[in-house]
Amino acid sequence: MSKKSDAQVVARKDITKAQWTWMQMKRYKVAYLMIAPFMLIFFIFTVIPVIASLALSFTSFNMLQMPKFLFLDNYITLFLDDDLWVTALKNTLIFAAVVGPVSYILSFLVAWFINELSPRIRAVVTLIFYAPSISGNAYLIWQTLFSSDAQGWVNGKLLDWGFIDTPVLWFQDERYVMALCIIVALWMSLGTSFLSFIAGLQGINVSLFEAAAVDGLKNRWQELWYVTLPSMKPQLMFGAIMAITGAFSFGAVVTALAGNPSVNYAAYTIQHHLDEYQGVRWEVGYSSAISFVMFLMMVGSNMAVTKLLAKVGQ
Amino acid sequence: MAKKLRTRKHRVVLNRSVGGDMGITVVLAIFGAFMFLPMLYTVMNALKPMDELWIFPPRFYVVRPTLDNFKELFALMSDSWVPFSRYIFNTVFISVTGTAGNLLLSSMAAYALAKIPFPGSQPIFKLVRFALMFTPTVTAIANFITMSALRWVDTYWALIIPACATSLGLYLMKQFMDSNVSAEVLESARLDGATEFKTFWVIAMPMVKPAWLTLIIYCFQGLWNAGASIYIYSEELKSLNYAISQITAGGVARAGAAAAATVIMMAVPILVFVITQSNIIETMGSSGMKD
Repeated sequence: MSKKSDAQVVARKDITKAQWTWMQMKRYKVAYLMIAPFMLIFFIFTVIPVIASLALSFTSFNMLQMPKFLFLDNYITLFLDDDLWVTALKNTLIFAAVVGPVSYILSFLVAWFINELSPRIRAVVTLIFYAPSISGNAYLIWQTLFSSDAQGWVNGKLLDWGFIDTPVLWFQDERYVMALCIIVALWMSLGTSFLSFIAGLQGINVSLFEAAAVDGLKNRWQELWYVTLPSMKPQLMFGAIMAITGAFSFGAVVTALAGNPSVNYAAYTIQHHLDEYQGVRWEVGYSSAISFVMFLMMVGSNMAVTKLLAKVGQ
Repeated sequence: MAKKLRTRKHRVVLNRSVGGDMGITVVLAIFGAFMFLPMLYTVMNALKPMDELWIFPPRFYVVRPTLDNFKELFALMSDSWVPFSRYIFNTVFISVTGTAGNLLLSSMAAYALAKIPFPGSQPIFKLVRFALMFTPTVTAIANFITMSALRWVDTYWALIIPACATSLGLYLMKQFMDSNVSAEVLESARLDGATEFKTFWVIAMPMVKPAWLTLIIYCFQGLWNAGASIYIYSEELKSLNYAISQITAGGVARAGAAAAATVIMMAVPILVFVITQSNIIETMGSSGMKD
């Protein structure tokens, strides 16, 4: 083993960097074979589409004729001449600003709280918190709970107790629809990052906590800030990406609960705007511009969160 | 006071005040109720006879539980134009093949990225990590064009192949291999003359069982819960989720059947999670011996 690496060191001095790289590539050619099937599919269906979407966003394209180059026209129209886009952008930012951080913090706190329970109880509690995020369209129960007639559970109770005289049109009222959709989004938001946090907390070396206690940490909150959170940084970064992408892509659930367009566009999101231009109007260039702006917002938020996380534990 | 060291059944806990424990329990109970009660209400509704579903004031609990809603759902299913077993086959086939493909391709690529120091491995992994943000929303437009060009529109391929290579799958697998597959064990297998593929399959794969269970959960859930797809328009290729949502969209009269359908659809991923979760804990527990 050591002989082999000595030989490499000598060899490395004698040849250029390019030759060295080429040698290494030949030496590990099996690795390229192993990543090839994944990378082929990954590039075709994930990487190239993002690049293509950027390219198409500078054109006018209807999938039938050749794309026509427009440069920034789509973006100019989007920001200066599309009132519905402003509504969609505003609603999406509200969604993302509330659902993203709250679900992220909630996921972490719950994972942290249940970390000290016995394994069996922890498994049950994990299931209770995780189940809504994997239960398909179980979120439709919120429509039953907040149904607009007296049979809806919330209306029924409020009528019965005498708080209201006529049923409230929850999901059809622009005052409530946004708040309700946010509640439902939070209800089903303890997903991937939640599990990642649980696993991460389980993996922290217990001796770190013991050493910290000896060093004079006084309570669980200090321990959280100085020991737990810094040890959890990899999971926290990962969870942030999951929370951000989830919060920005929100839309399908709103459509199912409040319809599209929702009452007076009160819960109209970028996702809906995208569906409109892509699925209904076939303006592929314009919808590419919309999706690219959304992508930039996700990347931007992620960079901001990364900066914030760097301050943790200091 | 707070510095007292207390021992619980399963581990030693430091710096834990009783008041804090109680506060946390209360907060957990409140959040837990918020998560659990809607799920419970779904199940309750599925078991309610018609008159209890429309009672005023509405009641949370079911008084005379019945399976009538499930019977009605199955009756509606047997009336459908495409045999219902076909929808079930579609969803099961797509979920199983897509999950298996993802598991195989992701772990193979993850092994190479984590354990073979080939030129380019780091930029490639950075790209995969960045691609966690390439959501379907961003990729949908170009993918539709690609699917049309490949003539995959309205075939199973359109659903299975993209599911075989997800950035999340590779990311999780690679991270797990980094910390759980020791280089020495792999090196000794290589010195014994095992090929890289054999080392991956026989040595590394069994060591990352928790990670593949995790991958299976994610992949299966996504595919199982997939409703109508823009790539599929033939009725006989559509998913179970879509078929059930069509049946139950029949309005007030079918509210009971709709509740029963929701319960069936959510029971499967929950069951898969319950089974794999206990497995994960078991594998994690036995891995504790090393350190």
